[in-house]
Amino acid sequence: MSAAVRVEKLVKKYADVTAVDGLDLEVRRGECFGLLGPNGAGKTTTVEILEGLNDPTAGSVEVLGMRWARDERELRQRLGVSLQETHLPDKLTVEENLRMFRSFYRRGRPVDEVLELVELRDKRGAWTERLSGGQKQRLAVACALVSDPELLFLDEPTTGLDPQSRRQLWDVVLGFKARGRTVLLTTHYMDEAERLCDRVAIVDQGKLISLGTPAELIASLGGQQVVELATERPLAPDELAGLPSVRSARRNADGLALTVEQLHVALPAILGRAEPSGLTRLSTHHATLEDVFVHLTGRHLRE
Amino acid sequence: MNAPPSSAADPATSSLWELTAARLRLFFREPGAVFWTFGFPLMLTVALGIAFRNRPAEPALVAVVSPELQRALEGNRELRPRLLDEASAREALRTGKADLVVMPGPPISYLYDPARPESRLARALADAALHPPGPPATVDRPVVEPGSRYIDFLIPGLIGMQLMSAGMWGIGYVIVDMRTKKLLKRLMATPMSRAQFLWSFVVMRALFLLLELPLLIGFAWIVFKVGLAGSALLLLGISLLGALAFAGIGLLVASRAPNTQTVTGLINLVMLPMFVTSGVFFSTARFPDSIQPLLRILPLTALNDALRAVMIDGAGVRAVAVQCALLAGTAALSFAAALRFFRWR
Repeated sequence: MSAAVRVEKLVKKYADVTAVDGLDLEVRRGECFGLLGPNGAGKTTTVEILEGLNDPTAGSVEVLGMRWARDERELRQRLGVSLQETHLPDKLTVEENLRMFRSFYRRGRPVDEVLELVELRDKRGAWTERLSGGQKQRLAVACALVSDPELLFLDEPTTGLDPQSRRQLWDVVLGFKARGRTVLLTTHYMDEAERLCDRVAIVDQGKLISLGTPAELIASLGGQQVVELATERPLAPDELAGLPSVRSARRNADGLALTVEQLHVALPAILGRAEPSGLTRLSTHHATLEDVFVHLTGRHLRE
Repeated sequence: MNAPPSSAADPATSSLWELTAARLRLFFREPGAVFWTFGFPLMLTVALGIAFRNRPAEPALVAVVSPELQRALEGNRELRPRLLDEASAREALRTGKADLVVMPGPPISYLYDPARPESRLARALADAALHPPGPPATVDRPVVEPGSRYIDFLIPGLIGMQLMSAGMWGIGYVIVDMRTKKLLKRLMATPMSRAQFLWSFVVMRALFLLLELPLLIGFAWIVFKVGLAGSALLLLGISLLGALAFAGIGLLVASRAPNTQTVTGLINLVMLPMFVTSGVFFSTARFPDSIQPLLRILPLTALNDALRAVMIDGAGVRAVAVQCALLAGTAALSFAAALRFFRWR
């Protein structure tokens, strides 16, 4: 069976900016694939090209083994799309919105079932404008699910939502994936990518800079732990990089960040070196995709 | 969990019906839209009907500077002479409180502005009172026939205006609002038929017509006894053509406008000239002959002329064929152009 999405040498240029700069991607059937990157990385442009809502400047795009130029009608029947921002009509009810979207498709799931899935059964008669941010976002996803798509596109599905709403939406995505369907989502939240995605492509300035499972990407740092510290008299990264079990060292906002393989080996050595310089702060955490991004680009995801 | 057998068990409703139902629901849930479509034309009818109701002619206001003249003019009921000193009389003329100043002679002199119709009338009446003619060779027969009142002229114009603004705002503005809110883009990501999307607006306008037209005509009949001389079916047909023509123009102004400010400007740019020149409130005959051909081809002029011909003169199909053809042509051209230029995403 063909890949769910295959993209080769994708380029999208606008008058003054190159949004996508030679991207290669392959999304396998049945996986949840994440495009992770900061704002302006070209994630939305890429996804909208895959959704057939934008035209590439160059490169080839294949979705479910089909091409937009030839198979648009068929593709639209088989994709589910949730855009980064869609303002559904304020004064239609949740159910009316869903029925309208359902009417565009040959096949689909019963509206009641989808309402249950996104936990909006109690709100079926409420106007869209009366919903909370999380409920609106779940309705937007419901409009994408009502056709029972083979491939679901979610562009920053949880941006701006509170933690509980995010978890509810994650459950919807995981439930969809459990039916053997494919998901492609964009996010600039590393925890979202780690929680939902089988594989993650890290993109920056329109280019793919790393690809793998979240575990592989984190392992590429060389250490599972990150130690951040600050001292009164600045230390150079080189002074700590050679210590036992320390795999890398770099400057961050107000001190140093080290990736460390074994915390119990590295920590005494780090303390021994830092305390004479007047240690003012030291903290540790499990390495995340954020650290991978910073390691690769020297910048934070949400800068 | 396995997917339930993809559901033939849940047959979807027709998308044209769903889209049209959505349009109707959104309209009736927006009190402002309901008011501007149904309430406002009725209020305008009442206000203008009262302001321009037929009244006995007002007497002409004449300032006189001598008591003899006042006595000479008081005999005429169409004149209301006031005795003033010369300075006050001139002041009254200047500020419009008097239409005419009569100064004692000889010769008696009339001070007035010949550009003011009411001043010319006052002069003629005063002159006739001061120099009574011989035995009358003419007879006056006042005429107030149905169809000749201002309200009879006004109602077809208001119907035309209503069809225009409902089409322009109800389609042009609403579509651009959907574009601004990325709803148009979201719909484009579904297999929704673009033709059905546009048809839903046309169907909505046609359905509204069946409400708007009887409401306004019935109201005008009950309150002002404005009759319908011609065929109701023909009137409906003309209105439908008018609604289609303005639906097309509404679609055209919406076809590329990126935001609601732009489309608001475009709608006003199209509508305001026609409000003034297409004979809504006063006859297009008031404009110079040289621009009449231009005014004739404006869709609102054609619509108003045809509506008036049917409502007031009882015209048949043949008499309004030109206007109907013009409206149908406008509809066809504007739809074609709108589809050609429409920015869907």
